[in-house]
Amino acid sequence: MKVKVLSRNPDDYVRETKLDIQRVPRNYDPTLHPFEVSREYTRALNATKLERLFAKPFVTSLDGHRDGVNCMAKHTKTLSTLLSGSCDGEVKVWNLTKRECVRTLQAHEGFVRGMVVRFCGSSFFTIFWDLVLWLLWPAQHDPGQGGITGPLESVFTGLDHHQKDAVFATCGQQVDIWDEQRTSPIRSFTWGVDSFSAVRFNPVETELLASCASDRSVVLYDMRESTPLKKVIMTMRSNTLCWNPMEAYYFTCCNEDYNLYTYDMRFLDKPITVHMDHVSAALDVDYSPTGKEFVSASFDKTIRIFAKDGGHSREVYHTKRMQHVICIKWSLDNKYILSGSDEMNIRLWKANAAEKLGVMSPREREAANYNQTLKEKFQHHPQVRRVARHRHLPKSLYHQTKELRVMKEARRRKEMNVRKHSKPESVPLLTEKEKHVVTVVK
Amino acid sequence: MAKASKKKVSKAVVKAMDTTAAVTPDVVYDEEDEEDLSKADEVITSEDEDGEDERRRQKLLEAISALGGKRKKTLGERSEPSVQMSEFTVNADGEGDKIDLSDLIGTVERTSAVPATTKKQLKNLQRSTKPIACPLSKQESQRIQRDVAFQKAATEVTRWKSIIKQNQRAEQLVFPLNQEPIGPKPMERVVSGWKAQTPLEQEIFAVLSANKQPINDPILTPTEEASMRAMSLEEAKIRRAELQKARALQSYYEAKARREKKIKSKTYHKVQNKAKRKEFLKQFDEMVVADPASALEELNKIEMSRMQERMSLKHQNSGKWAKSKAIMAKYDDGARKAMQQQLEVNKTLTQKLVSSLNEEEEEEEKDEADAEVLPELVNDAEQVLNSLNPWMRGKLSEEHKEKEISNTVDLTAEGPGNTVEEDEDEEEVEETEEEKLLREFESRRKLRHALETDAAPLTCMDDNTEDKAAAENPDVSDKEEEELSEFTSLFRGIADSLQEAESETAEAGEDHSTPLEEDLIRVRTLEDMELLSQENLPSGEAAAPPQQPPDTAALSSATEKTGKNRKRKRGIELKEVLTKGTEVIKVPLIPTTEDNEDNEDTEDRDDGLDQSGLIKEAFAGDDVISDFLKDKRKQEDAGKPKVVDLTLPGWGEWGGTSLKPSRHKRRRFRVKTAPPPPRKDRHLPSVIMSEKRNSSISLHQVSSLPFPFENHAQFESTIRSPLGRTWNTERTVKKISMPKVVTQMGAIIEPMAREELLKERKQLVLRSFSRPCSPCFPGSPVKYSITGESCVFNQKHIGYRY
Repeated sequence: MKVKVLSRNPDDYVRETKLDIQRVPRNYDPTLHPFEVSREYTRALNATKLERLFAKPFVTSLDGHRDGVNCMAKHTKTLSTLLSGSCDGEVKVWNLTKRECVRTLQAHEGFVRGMVVRFCGSSFFTIFWDLVLWLLWPAQHDPGQGGITGPLESVFTGLDHHQKDAVFATCGQQVDIWDEQRTSPIRSFTWGVDSFSAVRFNPVETELLASCASDRSVVLYDMRESTPLKKVIMTMRSNTLCWNPMEAYYFTCCNEDYNLYTYDMRFLDKPITVHMDHVSAALDVDYSPTGKEFVSASFDKTIRIFAKDGGHSREVYHTKRMQHVICIKWSLDNKYILSGSDEMNIRLWKANAAEKLGVMSPREREAANYNQTLKEKFQHHPQVRRVARHRHLPKSLYHQTKELRVMKEARRRKEMNVRKHSKPESVPLLTEKEKHVVTVVK
Repeated sequence: MAKASKKKVSKAVVKAMDTTAAVTPDVVYDEEDEEDLSKADEVITSEDEDGEDERRRQKLLEAISALGGKRKKTLGERSEPSVQMSEFTVNADGEGDKIDLSDLIGTVERTSAVPATTKKQLKNLQRSTKPIACPLSKQESQRIQRDVAFQKAATEVTRWKSIIKQNQRAEQLVFPLNQEPIGPKPMERVVSGWKAQTPLEQEIFAVLSANKQPINDPILTPTEEASMRAMSLEEAKIRRAELQKARALQSYYEAKARREKKIKSKTYHKVQNKAKRKEFLKQFDEMVVADPASALEELNKIEMSRMQERMSLKHQNSGKWAKSKAIMAKYDDGARKAMQQQLEVNKTLTQKLVSSLNEEEEEEEKDEADAEVLPELVNDAEQVLNSLNPWMRGKLSEEHKEKEISNTVDLTAEGPGNTVEEDEDEEEVEETEEEKLLREFESRRKLRHALETDAAPLTCMDDNTEDKAAAENPDVSDKEEEELSEFTSLFRGIADSLQEAESETAEAGEDHSTPLEEDLIRVRTLEDMELLSQENLPSGEAAAPPQQPPDTAALSSATEKTGKNRKRKRGIELKEVLTKGTEVIKVPLIPTTEDNEDNEDTEDRDDGLDQSGLIKEAFAGDDVISDFLKDKRKQEDAGKPKVVDLTLPGWGEWGGTSLKPSRHKRRRFRVKTAPPPPRKDRHLPSVIMSEKRNSSISLHQVSSLPFPFENHAQFESTIRSPLGRTWNTERTVKKISMPKVVTQMGAIIEPMAREELLKERKQLVLRSFSRPCSPCFPGSPVKYSITGESCVFNQKHIGYRY
């Protein structure tokens, strides 16, 4: 007699070793899993809400300065070291992991105008009226003064170091290129302006520089040439600028007219993107080391993070006590943002507000990745967008934003009316990008 | 002359100063005073007096310093007599003075070594002073400088474009970019300070080090590592393919040569030799034109063989064999012939060669010499006929040169066709083909190395080509536009002529067949249809007619066409083509007939009107309004509540095929829903307002098409496809949910390095290089083509050479 019994092959469901992953039988027949869009929509909405729930960007505040923080410098070799200079001439070296000040130096009598760490990480430069080289870590872990170039006749306002060579650039009445071994600049550039506010080396094409001048212009230089390359004059003055560390020809400058402008250095006649959202002058800007985003500090007491091609910010950071933010840095591991403000504090923020810091298990990471893709997929749905885009703003800021919007609309309407009542083509239709550039000087 | 004397004086002063400084380094000099003094003196004093004055002054100074009692030891201050302090403290005296050409030429005039012609030229140069163009203003020149510098910087920066684009498009970017490969590393690389401690370990290491075996990294020896570093896998593959090819070729030629050598027939070899000689001559002639350098080399080779022949006694009939033959020659005809042959060989080999090549060069040189007035001695050295012959290399004066020319003329009279080859030469000729190929390989390899080493300049070239292409594109598009415009004008011409023809035929038709008005209309529609079809397929027929004069030819062609149409009309069932009634057709046709009438009056007509007419014609069959009404009615019907019948036959009563549920039951189970609210568009006959839109849902729906999407279908399809693991396999989920940017906690991300650029260029170069010579894969037959003929090798055939 034949007896039929249920039988299963253990090969189909038993692991060979304990280390193998569990075999999970699945049936992907779509009829068995209906309502996929609505289910995923719910998941996306939940993920977005959770993201907002976990968005706690503020990490810590480093206090100890006795005056406003005027400049900061990232250490080139260690992530945990930060240098900051205040308006009373004090320089502090911070350990970020311990969240404490390691050393304090009285560098100058006045403002520490600029500060930059040498590419090797062994020493740093500060400037006021004079230019000082400080050794960061001598034998006894005691930063000491290395060599002083002595008081110089010119005024310094900005400083930056070459990416690889022993060369640095200062600006003031003119833009000077210095060799570290020499007491006089190896090159100085002037072009009809007598005051510059910032100078920056290109980190990729390391011989190129750009500076912001008081005649509302941004000037490009090549270290190897004897003359400047080109300049673009805008409607208002740029405060500082920053080159994209991954894309050689893009730089972003922050302007007094509340906007930031990303330029392609080859085509200066029109910015690539106008980044709007600040309600007061943008004072400082720094790119993320991945070159995908940048952060800007503003006089309106906020920090905003922009995508490199985004017209509006993706994030705004503010606290009750933070005053005008003077300087801003994006940490070299792309995880943190550091801001130095008027009220003597340095604040450490997360670059991604809702990101979990610390070790994540593989399942956790996978879930996070899946949630991220869901959020991206449903980002255009109004409910998801509403939750994702909502930010709380201080009342004053909120009203200022509103006011600005009204003003802008009024201006637009007026312009339209003018165009309507004037001879055709006498009032040209300018795009937002074209509006802010006055001329390009060759 | 005054100037010259002044200089001398000052020189003397400086000399004196130097010597004194060398003797007494402690003394301080104020060189400016000195110079002033000397300048004051120079006019009246001669050299000697000046020297004496100097000495006196020195004494006086010493005396004054001695007056002070104890000698003060002043610190020596070293200073250089210079106008400007130089960083390197090196100064030429008289630095500030200008040097004139006359100063330099003055000495030339006196020296006898300089030839007279040179002197003359220099004089000419002095005399002919053309006015130099006025330099640009500072601002302008600076602007130009800036512009040039900017262009340079811009092109330099543009090299990054490809990398930037690539990174923007990349699905995932992992920062830092240049990470070391993940995986287990050898212990020695991780732990630096490790030493062999136990005696066994020490012994083992001693053995290893004695045999030069790798100790730290147990995988590779240093030489192996170096070779790994030297060559990447791809390069190695290419290289191997090349070598294979070369070896295959070599073996092939060797086999061929061996085969030919084995042939015993003398006549065959004779014929062969003759043919080869001819070919060589031909080649040589070509070479003289194309590549004179290599031709010269060939000539030199022949010359060498001649020299060797002249030195040796090989064909002089002085050997043992020759002597024996000489004895036999009296009686034996063959022996005599053999001897004669020998002598002939000798003669041919020792004959002197003059090719046309040298002459040409000489002529060129002469031309050059005539064209520019250069000193003759510059040209002299190159007029040597043969570099090998030391007697011909000597310095030639003008008299010699004349002789030379006459010589060459004589020699050329003998004729250039006397080129002779020995057996060796022939062999060489034979080998040339192989050599050429091998040389080609060699050169290619060199080229590749060169490419690798300076990839940067290549990049510029690439950019240039790109730019060129970009520059050419607008031209192309312009051309296309022109063609298009031409075409459209042609087409319009056709259309015009056709229209005219139509109208005329219409008139003619009216003449002979007035009652058939409908017929006329139909004809028109068909012709119009043809016109439409011509618009779609503008070829063949369309191209020809406009060249003909429109008055007569168009008429004739039109009549022909109407004839055709009539034929076609018979073929096509009108009712099948035009299903609508006449009523519908008439509406759009009216304006077209009007148009035609207008055209008869005014030859040039508006194109736009014609277009609209055509469009109307094309959509003549569509009844939009009735369609719309139908649509609306359908929607209204769909919106109306439906009666749902829920009766189940057989429940509670008898069931079967012929039995129906009772009326009572049916009434009970028929569900009527309440009528919906009245439609919003009930009073608007020409509007359909959808009742489906739900305001509560629309809050959650996307109202406008988001940016990157181009149409609704695209967007909807992306939304429709699920991402989760419930609907997708594990691998797909991982791939879909891959984050775009991955960064590591605590890893410093350096800015983009220049090496990335080089890396990319290298890859590009490699790729471009590997394309022309396809690498051969093991196991597959390899096909090579050499100078037109192709030969197939199997991998096995050449395998033994590895």
